[in-house]
Amino acid sequence: MSVWHQIFNFADYGQLLSLVRNSIIAGLILGIVGGLISTFVMMRDLPFAVHGISELSFAGASGALLLGVNVVVGSLTGSILAALTIGALGSRARDRNSIIGVLMPFGLGLGVLFLSLYKGRAANKFGLLTGQIVAVDTPQLAWLLGTSALVLLGLLLVWRPLTFASTDAELAAARGVPVKALSTIFMLLLGLSVAMSVQIVGALLVLSIICTPAAAAMRVTASPHVVTLLSVLFGVVSVVGGILLSLGSNIPISPYVTTISFAIYLVCRALGNRRARPVSHAVAPAVAPTRSTVTG
Amino acid sequence: MSAPVLEIHDGSLSFGARTLWSDLDLTVQPGEFLAVLGANGSGKTSLLRVILGQQRLGSGTVKIAGHPARRGSRDVGYVPQQRRIDALTPLRARDLVGQGLDGHRWGIGRPSGARRRRIESLLDQVGASDYANRPVGLLSGGEQQRVRIAQALIGDPRLLLCDEPLLSLDPHSQSTTTALVDQRRRTADTAVVFVTHEINPVLPYVDRVLYLAGGTFRVGSVDEVLNSATLSALYQTPVEVIRSGGRILVAGLPETIGQPGHEPHHVLGAS
Repeated sequence: MSVWHQIFNFADYGQLLSLVRNSIIAGLILGIVGGLISTFVMMRDLPFAVHGISELSFAGASGALLLGVNVVVGSLTGSILAALTIGALGSRARDRNSIIGVLMPFGLGLGVLFLSLYKGRAANKFGLLTGQIVAVDTPQLAWLLGTSALVLLGLLLVWRPLTFASTDAELAAARGVPVKALSTIFMLLLGLSVAMSVQIVGALLVLSIICTPAAAAMRVTASPHVVTLLSVLFGVVSVVGGILLSLGSNIPISPYVTTISFAIYLVCRALGNRRARPVSHAVAPAVAPTRSTVTG
Repeated sequence: MSAPVLEIHDGSLSFGARTLWSDLDLTVQPGEFLAVLGANGSGKTSLLRVILGQQRLGSGTVKIAGHPARRGSRDVGYVPQQRRIDALTPLRARDLVGQGLDGHRWGIGRPSGARRRRIESLLDQVGASDYANRPVGLLSGGEQQRVRIAQALIGDPRLLLCDEPLLSLDPHSQSTTTALVDQRRRTADTAVVFVTHEINPVLPYVDRVLYLAGGTFRVGSVDEVLNSATLSALYQTPVEVIRSGGRILVAGLPETIGQPGHEPHHVLGAS
């Protein structure tokens, strides 16, 4: 029973809620940005890159902590450098994966070094890896708002050509879409989003916001609009839901966020399997009548 | 006759010391079906890249509907090779067709009835209405090619470029795909440049053939190009062309052409 109370404790909930207004706003924004950018992460097959970027973002943030400068700036620097490196060196999937595999432990190692040298509060260290949303203060929220506005604006601007380039790069290039430039722009936006997420859920758990929501949505529909809406919904439910559940406890929010996000994925996967079965049966007979109409 | 859709004048292309082709003069009229044949590495794909504006000619000029070739020209529709699409790709057949209309534009776009009707009319033209809402990753190869043709045609191009669109399709899908392309050039006078290494599936429709081999080329009707004398001269080795039951078989193509590492190509073969 006592463990249960440590995990879920809703005493004085109303009072707590007013204290974490900032965090809930932050969660909402992060859910929206994460949901949107995850659809492209999935289309471009970049989940591993997200993980790699988040480890370098962690290195940047812990370096900033050690030097006593703005942690958000440190985190942004690390993740943008990583994102651009991965984008520039890894246009082919094999190259990309090996580059990420090389970069990621280096980033983690640097981060560990910086944190061991850091003499400040232990909670700050742990937070960079596993999340600290309850501690979102007003200047941090301002950073978060600014970064999200930039990411959202950027994504909306490149939405159609980026979708085209992400689903069929060769064809998009033949149609005059600037595939390479879009790839660089996307890596930049991804770097920004990852740095934001590291602030909130921690470097180890970024994938639950930037990957899982779209991975779940793609299981239940192939309509691009519905995928986007569901992915945003799943992102918001995971992050805000995680914050609300974690309020009374003194456990970081990340286990709540990752568990909700994982549960949504499991449900979508089960629904998707049910959906896929009748479709695959329908393929064979559906071909026959249309064939005759064209040849005839 | 109206102005040509594609004009290449004195075109040449080389990579380093290796000349793919030179002194190429080629004119394609509206409604004409040109098949481009040749071994791998003979410059078929590079020719497409030149027409798409992705590759500059070493010398000479290339014009599409009277204007110099440029990237993203609306006058050119492009049908790529069939390749596997991931089953989870979040696009339905109708979305893939829509990309041909505005996939290259900035912004998120607004849904409109006119856009939807246009997409549905194209899906109907290629006989793909039945699976308009099915995920593209779950379509068969032949179904995917129909949808890709609709995507290429939705911008009303004057020239349709097909890059080995029959590769890895079963014979039935090969014939329905070529029939669709042929139907379009008859109804809309769209010129067709069709790169293939299999002449037989397109034989009933071909007006002229461009055959690339070993740094040179021949242009002409099927009979003028696909005969033993012409191909032997192109490859500088005895090549035998056999016609049998409306099909063309070529025997004796050299193992490698020019540089090592190029797979030879049967122009035809079975199937």
